Amino acid sequence: MKNIKAILAITKADLQGTFKNLSSVFFGILFPLIFILVFGLLGNDGVKLEVGVMSGSDTNNPIYKALDSIENIELKTDSTDKDLHEELSKGNIDAVINISTSKELPNYTVDLQTSAANPDGGSIVKSIIESITQQINTSALEAQNIKKISQVKTDVVEGRKYRQIDFILPGQLGFALLSSGVFGTSFLFVSLRETLVIKRFFATPINRTTIVIGEALSKVLFALLQATVIILIGHFAFNFTLVHGFSTFLEMLFLSAFGLMIFLGFGFIVSSVAKDQNSVPPLANIFTLPQFLLAGTFFPIDLFPKWLQPLSRILPLTYLNEAMRKVAFEGVSILALKEEMLALLVAMVVVYFLAIRLFKWE
Amino acid sequence: MKKNSKGKTIIEVKNLVKKYGDFTAVDGISFEVHDGEIFGLLGPNGAGKTTTLEIIETLRDETEGEVIVNGFSINKQPAEIKKIIGVQLQQAGFYPNLNLVQLIDLFAGLYGVDVDPDKLLAKVSLVDKKKSQVKDLSGGQKQRFSIATTLINNPKIIFLDEPTTGLDPQARRNLWELVKQIRDSGATIVMTTHYMEEAEYLCDRVGIMDQGKIIDIGTPSSLIDGLISRGFEKKKEVREATLEDVFIDLTGKELRD
Repeated sequence: MKNIKAILAITKADLQGTFKNLSSVFFGILFPLIFILVFGLLGNDGVKLEVGVMSGSDTNNPIYKALDSIENIELKTDSTDKDLHEELSKGNIDAVINISTSKELPNYTVDLQTSAANPDGGSIVKSIIESITQQINTSALEAQNIKKISQVKTDVVEGRKYRQIDFILPGQLGFALLSSGVFGTSFLFVSLRETLVIKRFFATPINRTTIVIGEALSKVLFALLQATVIILIGHFAFNFTLVHGFSTFLEMLFLSAFGLMIFLGFGFIVSSVAKDQNSVPPLANIFTLPQFLLAGTFFPIDLFPKWLQPLSRILPLTYLNEAMRKVAFEGVSILALKEEMLALLVAMVVVYFLAIRLFKWE
Repeated sequence: MKKNSKGKTIIEVKNLVKKYGDFTAVDGISFEVHDGEIFGLLGPNGAGKTTTLEIIETLRDETEGEVIVNGFSINKQPAEIKKIIGVQLQQAGFYPNLNLVQLIDLFAGLYGVDVDPDKLLAKVSLVDKKKSQVKDLSGGQKQRFSIATTLINNPKIIFLDEPTTGLDPQARRNLWELVKQIRDSGATIVMTTHYMEEAEYLCDRVGIMDQGKIIDIGTPSSLIDGLISRGFEKKKEVREATLEDVFIDLTGKELRD
């Protein structure tokens, strides 16, 4: 009972200290939110195509209507032909069309202009228009009872819209946990050791386990707060997907706490190896920087060169990020995340095996 | 705390040895501390005072010898000893970013006791600093707060390691009075110092340490009498006042925190 009181006293003191220390609040909560804000505002809706419509173009035909009904295509009808060409040559718009109609076959002719300044956009618009015209031709042939020679059957799988935020938020959350876990703990323990606070603690009737549990509890509570703020702001302000709502949120919190425990272990190792506070940052960066860059925080690791990917595959943050993305977006339950959870468990065992061996109290 | 047990042995140190590799920091010392007294360990830097204190406080393992604190052995019942002692470490800091009240709450939790922070801070005249952080206190205030944290568990024995080092004369005298008050409320105090006038004014008995050994032990006046009886004479003419007396007379006794 007294032991629990002592643990809670340390937890409370550490939380009070953490909130008093502006840098831990800034780097732990505000910093990731700024990243989320920046990436959340960037390209939220995937591909957007702008197609200029020339002034002489007919707009009362099936091709135009089909184009108009496509969500990702924006038809610009309010510019002069001259402006449209200028925009096109700069690559600001993807294509310019002019549709003419005729009583004779072909009834509709599309003049499509694309630009070398924006070849990708142009070719997408081209293939969309081609597929529309083909469809119109096919239905015309069918009306005359002429059988199709070949056909493509497409079946679009119903899916949720995957936004940039669904990738960015778990990465930022994972990295925020990594930095507060590693930097927070290592700086704290080195300073407690240097200023003899730990020694003074040992002159009271508490033992080492009490100190470690009290500190870890404080860090986990702070991590849960970090995760709650980041996820809720992401969800309500930027449409971050929580597939099953509240239960997904709880699973995210569980993953956050689990990940933080691993990173705390890293922090303990750094604090044991560091001689003084000045040697904490370089040592801590050995752990955090590779994970920042290679663990799929900003970019999917599939985009990295093949020789680099095995390196990503040994970083715990990689698995935490993947687990969070799968839980939040795909709705996979934590128990079904066998590979990720196994990797995280192995990381935890290895990290704490080292931390217990290396930890220095004095 | 009651005074009825005054005079009984509360700490017993027998043939204590502490070695760091080839270096012998404490070389077979024996002494006793009586209940309710202020016992001073005197000696130059490196004499082994702090090491001796930390062994009694159960913070350091001894190489040889035996130490009994209030009937408990430092090896067998360190947890029992920790409950009844208050410890001030030389140059120790405090948990970062907390104010005085928060620090007191922390220590109260570690000892598993309930403490009224205001009452405790009043004992060391720091109530108006309760929302300050230790780093914003003056040297004297820091030491007073540090002593306050040794009182949290209402200890039988309080250890003060060089409590007045680095303080100005006003703050030092103020701290002397505080230490006497604590002794008068019934606690036993073991302190180290290398200021002889402090030991003479404050300590009921002193042990003089040098190079890991206790050279002499007794009340300050018996040690002085012993020296005189060995035929010692001060070479300089003895004046009625010291320079410190002049300093205190000119600058006053009030604290300058």
